[in-house]
Amino acid sequence: MDLMEKLTVLTDAAKYDVACTSSGVDRGGGGGLGSASRMGICHSFAADGRCISLLKVLQSNACAFDCAYCVNRRSSDVRRASFTPRELADLTIEFYRRNYIEGLFLSSAVVRDADYTCEQMLETLHILRTEYGFRGYIHAKAIPGADRRLLARIGLLADRMSVNIELPSQESLRLLAPDKSRESILTPMGFVKDKIQESCTDVVRYRGAPAFAPAGQSTQMIIGATGESDLQILKLTAALYKKYNLKRVFFSAYIPMVSGSNLPAPGTPPPLLREHRLYQADWLLRFYRFEASELLDERQPFFDPLLDPKCSWALRHLESFPVEVNRADYETLLRVPGIGVRGARRIVAARKSCRLDLDSLKKLGVTVKRARYFILCSGKYYGGNLVHDAILEGLLSGNALKKYREERSGQMTIDDIMREEKQACLVGQM
Amino acid sequence: MPRRTDVIYRYDGSFEGLLCCVYRSYYERELPAGIESAGAEQMQLYAAIDVETDIAHSARVARAIREKISPQAYGLVRRAYFTCLEEREMHILRFLRLGFAKGGAVMQMTADARVNIIYRAVRNLALEKDHMSGFLRFSDYGGILFAQIEPKNDLLPLMAAHLRSRFGGEKYVVYDRAHGRALVHGDGTDALIELDGFEPPPADGAERHIRGLWRRFYDTVAVEGRENPRCRMSHMPKRFWKNMTEFQNEKDSPERTALASDTVLQLLQLGEPKL
Repeated sequence: MDLMEKLTVLTDAAKYDVACTSSGVDRGGGGGLGSASRMGICHSFAADGRCISLLKVLQSNACAFDCAYCVNRRSSDVRRASFTPRELADLTIEFYRRNYIEGLFLSSAVVRDADYTCEQMLETLHILRTEYGFRGYIHAKAIPGADRRLLARIGLLADRMSVNIELPSQESLRLLAPDKSRESILTPMGFVKDKIQESCTDVVRYRGAPAFAPAGQSTQMIIGATGESDLQILKLTAALYKKYNLKRVFFSAYIPMVSGSNLPAPGTPPPLLREHRLYQADWLLRFYRFEASELLDERQPFFDPLLDPKCSWALRHLESFPVEVNRADYETLLRVPGIGVRGARRIVAARKSCRLDLDSLKKLGVTVKRARYFILCSGKYYGGNLVHDAILEGLLSGNALKKYREERSGQMTIDDIMREEKQACLVGQM
Repeated sequence: MPRRTDVIYRYDGSFEGLLCCVYRSYYERELPAGIESAGAEQMQLYAAIDVETDIAHSARVARAIREKISPQAYGLVRRAYFTCLEEREMHILRFLRLGFAKGGAVMQMTADARVNIIYRAVRNLALEKDHMSGFLRFSDYGGILFAQIEPKNDLLPLMAAHLRSRFGGEKYVVYDRAHGRALVHGDGTDALIELDGFEPPPADGAERHIRGLWRRFYDTVAVEGRENPRCRMSHMPKRFWKNMTEFQNEKDSPERTALASDTVLQLLQLGEPKL
């Protein structure tokens, strides 16, 4: 099989992995090839609108496992291919020199066993880092079940490591991924976390200590293949951030490619809107100081398809609004729909030198269209009536508003709306 | 208050030259109707005064900005100079006049139109620079890398450090077609040269093979069933596409390879220090 074919097969096999970020580490050039920048760099955007930052491929897709949801499972009828470590290292360098990519995202199916798989990946990274002096970004997957010494060596060559949690509950794992268990996933995750912490203290203690995955650890899980609620998923997410110090938790809307008795039928549209809402909520956890329990609870375990989680929260807490933009503290501003992290920072800085009105908020990058229902500018309210239904109608976009009204007049059920919203999301109307 | 005049200042287009315009505006206590660089199209309505670039004057203004306003203000103005903001020179002058009146506090007056317009222009510059750091595409011509870009802002001087840190061991030429300049990096040194109407030569077989691999990766990595053209376009505006490998189709382009690498080699030599 020639290189073009291999690249096709092994890209196709890797593309459902979501993480493509190259952020989290700053490294200047050192004479050799490459550098890394803390914010990460997007080098292109694919037809599905996702950022392409890293050459995201599998070392091999000849898998020994048989996970029901996975296209690469042993019993699946797909073409199999493997890169030799040298081939993949050379390809990475050629792409990198031309500024196509920020580095390599290396994952692999389990070939023979976890240790052999890790050795192949390790060899690729070794050629890149040691032989070619490559200083670009490397994200490597930890293969569950591999020897700790192998994982430890990968961590010293990679910037970020990740172990996919795959599915949001143990029950779902048992059902769909019989070769994997909660322990086999959480053990390497815990190991990576400990190594990162250890290396942080070492780096402080003596100069030149090698850094272990300096850009941290991430994970991803599949949404919509199994029956967990948004609340369960969000709670798990929050727990992963706390217990394993993860940098990111990624969600991947399940695209039914294979049929199985435990799976949604092929052709079912992927729950993209749900994935989108989960990412919005994830953002609120990480940057807006929200707790999972504030966004959802037992009575309301799913996100509103019509409204983003922040607007939803604000509408349920109208008693806390409106807030005076010229006085409210940073945390309070962060919770106003239409004010983002940057907007809140700019407001706090700008109001030192003058009083802010609606017009100056626009200049500072606040989405006044949403924010006006929740703020006062020098005591003046611009939102009309501070009433739940009036604000809700103001917040909804034209299409969503129409559906909301139809729903209220009983013509549509909430399920119809969700279905239509999903479709709209799918064809890019949202 | 400075006297409003209907003369325009004409300067040599350099940052130092612009600071000399600021110097004159203060020295003469006047506000010009416009400031234009000598190469630019001229405004016919007004009489033009040539402002000589005097390093002593520009250094005095630079020091005054740092000390009387703030070092951050100097950095902001320096970057504003590279933006594509229309009449950027006059906006910079107005910002500095406000700054000399208010001191360092001017940096927080982001809701003031004179300050806001500068911040916006500089944000736009930073965004385009981020975009370009990702979307720029090199081609290999006999071991020398060549890229063509067409940015709105004058990015080359700002991108030099990033490129040097990343590709320092390589030889490369980045040609800014829109501004008629090229950044040339030979043996560890950077040079900016004037370059107009340069046509990138066709690539050789090995280069086209790598381009083909990249296009294949690009097409394969997108998940079918999730096409989202609007999302792609908002993250990667179309004006960048024409210089990006993944959108170029070169099935029929001729092969004249030996010549091609010579052409690029000549560009590289243009940037070498003259003995």
